[in-house]
Amino acid sequence: MSAAIVEARGVHKYFGGLHVLKGVDLAVRERELVFVIGPSGSGKSTLLRCLNRLEEPSDGSITVDGIDMLDRRTDINKARQRIGMVFQSFNLYPHMTALGNVALALRRVQGMSRAAAEARARQALERVHLADRAGHYPGQLSGGQQQRVAIARAIALEPRVMLFDEPTSALDPELVGGVLQAMRELRESGMTMVVVSHEMGFARAAADRVVFMDGGRIVEEGPPEAIFGNPQQERTRAFIGQIERH
Amino acid sequence: MSFDDFLQAFFSLEILQQAWPILWAGLLNTLLLSVVVVPLGFLGGLILALLGTVHSRWVRWPLIAWVDLFRSLPPLVLLVFVYAGLPFAGLEVTALTAVAIGFFLNTGAYYGEILRAGIESVPRGQVEAARCTGLTAAQAMAHVVLPQAVRNVLPDLISNTLEVVKLTSIASVVALPELLFQARQAQSVTYNATPIMAAAVIYFILLWPVVRLLSRLENRQMAGRR
Repeated sequence: MSAAIVEARGVHKYFGGLHVLKGVDLAVRERELVFVIGPSGSGKSTLLRCLNRLEEPSDGSITVDGIDMLDRRTDINKARQRIGMVFQSFNLYPHMTALGNVALALRRVQGMSRAAAEARARQALERVHLADRAGHYPGQLSGGQQQRVAIARAIALEPRVMLFDEPTSALDPELVGGVLQAMRELRESGMTMVVVSHEMGFARAAADRVVFMDGGRIVEEGPPEAIFGNPQQERTRAFIGQIERH
Repeated sequence: MSFDDFLQAFFSLEILQQAWPILWAGLLNTLLLSVVVVPLGFLGGLILALLGTVHSRWVRWPLIAWVDLFRSLPPLVLLVFVYAGLPFAGLEVTALTAVAIGFFLNTGAYYGEILRAGIESVPRGQVEAARCTGLTAAQAMAHVVLPQAVRNVLPDLISNTLEVVKLTSIASVVALPELLFQARQAQSVTYNATPIMAAAVIYFILLWPVVRLLSRLENRQMAGRR
């Protein structure tokens, strides 16, 4: 079993007086797909956003690919290139084409020439089966296509880890499939992934491990069969029962 | 008064011919002023708007005071103050420099407020997405936020620019003979209103295309919101 590529220890997060994360430990091994589930307000998104320091943890330590993310001397912009992130609301740049969205960081952060950046961006779009939409603006794409462009934007930088923050929650049901398919293929390519999502079917099929969070703590974790089939904690049982009824 | 007298008093070709060199000199000055003052005001506004994104009260409060001050002062007063006041501080300024400084202060404050609204109109997720790919805060501002911000407030920016160009006529108070001043000079020499009418037509020809553009942009935005 390989060593942890993402390691969070004793992570606390306060928003003003609100204690959102209450000492979370999470280790993700290389090539592992970890699913984080839990009721809204349980702190799962905040945890994810702490991993690439989009939120500043109030306490604790976070290492990603051997880099101490909370060390002041760490070049955070360099570290973030190793951590791809996909958002619920896609957050594509509306004034750029799909290709432009993917190529921006390649040019400005990795210093590639326009031609090299666009070639790499095209490859990334191919991986999400949207090469034919390279010249389209986000407004001309469906939600599902936009999210796949967002995935391409992240993987073009060849990250070591991908974070997904409810990637399908803003999508119409018929568009979810394409995004999950892109995630499945990414998983098959060996990408390490941390996914916050309510797609339980996908979790059962693809996750190595499911982490259940509630009230700012990890309540229970284990393989999907165990968490969904035989949860040990009362709160997990209640939550699983609730979502299964839908 | 016959119709011919009316034409003679307001639309005399003969007078226009005589007055044209004077008007032309004024027009050139108005164009020069606009070309200097609009980019300068925009630059001032950009600086103010970018400072407005700094979350420190040591920046925020002086900034608010600055913007409030220069939006409250009538531009004419500000201009006279700069032109007549700076020499007391040991700085002799030319009329053009005084106008440039005055407009930088005044219109910069207006452009600044417009651009600030534009920057605030860009969702936070845009910056987050950019920062997640390793862009610095400055790169995210330059490549992701500002292009969207400017586009979102383009009608306001153009509208303000129209006002600024019209406002350049106050430069005459510091003896910078712009179009309107020259027209009035010509009027007083010829005892005829034709030069003033000519100036009005010139302003219209200069600004009307911009007004049309503005209308089209506003219509497009309304359509976009539907």
